[in-house]
Amino acid sequence: MLPDALKLKLEKMIAEAESPREKAIDVMFEIQELQGWMSDEAMVEAAALLGMTPLELEELATFYDYIYRSPVGKYVIKVCDSTLCWMEGHQRVIDYVSARAGVPMGGTSPDGLFTLLPVCCIGYCDRAPAMVINKRVYGKLSPEKIDRILDKLANKAEFHESE
Amino acid sequence: MPQYPQVLFKNRKPNRVATLDEYRESGGYQALEKFVGGGISPKEIIRLVGESGLLGRGGAGFPAGKKWASVPDSAAFPRYLVANGDEMEPGTFKDRMLLHVDPHCVIEGMILSGYSFSGSKAFFFVRPSYESSSVIFERELEYARQAGFLGNNILGTDFSFDIVVHRSGGRYICGEGSALLNAIMGKRPNPTKPPPYPTEKGLWDKPTVVNNVETLANVPHILRNGPEWFKELAATPHGAGMKLYCISGKVNVPGTVELPIGTRLSEIIDEHCGGMAPGSEFKACLPGGASTRFMTRKHYDIPMDFDDLKAIGNRLGTAAVMVFDHKTCLVGATLNLMEFFARESCGWCTPCREGLPYMRDLLWRIENGEGKEEFIPNLRTLCKEVWNSYCALAPGAAEPVISLLDLFEGEVREHISQKGCPFHAKADH
Repeated sequence: MLPDALKLKLEKMIAEAESPREKAIDVMFEIQELQGWMSDEAMVEAAALLGMTPLELEELATFYDYIYRSPVGKYVIKVCDSTLCWMEGHQRVIDYVSARAGVPMGGTSPDGLFTLLPVCCIGYCDRAPAMVINKRVYGKLSPEKIDRILDKLANKAEFHESE
Repeated sequence: MPQYPQVLFKNRKPNRVATLDEYRESGGYQALEKFVGGGISPKEIIRLVGESGLLGRGGAGFPAGKKWASVPDSAAFPRYLVANGDEMEPGTFKDRMLLHVDPHCVIEGMILSGYSFSGSKAFFFVRPSYESSSVIFERELEYARQAGFLGNNILGTDFSFDIVVHRSGGRYICGEGSALLNAIMGKRPNPTKPPPYPTEKGLWDKPTVVNNVETLANVPHILRNGPEWFKELAATPHGAGMKLYCISGKVNVPGTVELPIGTRLSEIIDEHCGGMAPGSEFKACLPGGASTRFMTRKHYDIPMDFDDLKAIGNRLGTAAVMVFDHKTCLVGATLNLMEFFARESCGWCTPCREGLPYMRDLLWRIENGEGKEEFIPNLRTLCKEVWNSYCALAPGAAEPVISLLDLFEGEVREHISQKGCPFHAKADH
């Protein structure tokens, strides 16, 4: 199932660790990088590499915000809903992204491009309201800025933002 | 605006990271050369850091030197260091700033800390939304290795020490010391109650020291300039060192500023954040992140140090000052905080798993017009009950609630009597 090149990379990564399961998150991140989410088959293979049972790995996969056990879009948009973003109108951001990307909260757009999820504080409170797409953070969001970001992503271009 | 010497932020550049060379030009890695290169006893480092009065910057304020000294001489090897860069407390983003300003300051601090208790490996634990920080940090680690500051036989001595970045899957509980260790070991990150303390039995039952990123960044400066210098940096006679304050909310210029620890709240907001945002009046703030108590105008002049906040029954926490204005509903704000804590509870123990959603439900009903008088004593009881939980997450979650009831009971009652949020029509959210 997993391509040989990836398997080799993961085995090397695991061999460098103090104990195999230390790399559980990294292994799942690498697999998600390739196929977007952790399928049942991927869970079984990853667990075998890590010397864990699939159930032990499931315990981690379902615990963390950034591991997905269902298919997600190419871009997972997580809008921060903690205190500072709440104060700066996070609901407006959610509504706007939802309408603009054509995806309800918790859902994935029909073209498979965007998934919309809530997330707790992402540590960009000085730039509220903020969101994180895959692992890149975007702050000081306005409708115009959201348009620019989503347009760029839809056109497979990176939207860069200085820290 | 009063100006202060910058220590942790002295190499701060607009929009870029300070390089290894820039860090060295500013005195960086001199402490490493003196103490590790010069073969000075690790005990001397512990003594100097102990004398400096450096308190842990992650929230609990535990003396850093004392923590290192608690690794017994007879303890097993290998010994591990964990730099806690999880930083998931709402309002807190100082460690991110530090990593984007001067990463070598953290790296040198980690090596010196490791040397002090004969550690051989460190984990830099970091959250997924700080991926940019992880990338910067890994790049700079490699430069430090190439320069001979990190890796095998540091500076030609027989001391070897390396640092790896451990990426988290993203949950608030991972910032809790014992949960953090489980997370690194690839176990479900439930907190455990000491003893044994991690400094005796931590990662894989080996001695492990967990320090906050900002705490570690102070170490090279203390060792280079001496404990007396560090103490004198503080704005209060009892404090020690500089502090990164991160200010967010209704101020003109939110962000992270480095100030003498114990700088007054009024000075922080009025001078260093450009005052309150236009049209905003100060109503309250949480002085140290989401798990501290609301503080009103009454304490606007308080020195922002551990002891001073403790004296009024509050905590400096992570020094993440979240500022609320007169147009912000604090029932709504507390409800939002409780949403955070209830969602982020790891679910391991009952008081937290069941108690926090119960509190969230009561606050939701009050905010949304279904509040009843008896909810106030119910919330007070729950604030006490959650102290029966395993770790500090739930007691921390109770802090804003208890202070909401103590300081803004009128506002809570208004919600109940008016069957809805009095701010709703006025507010813009």
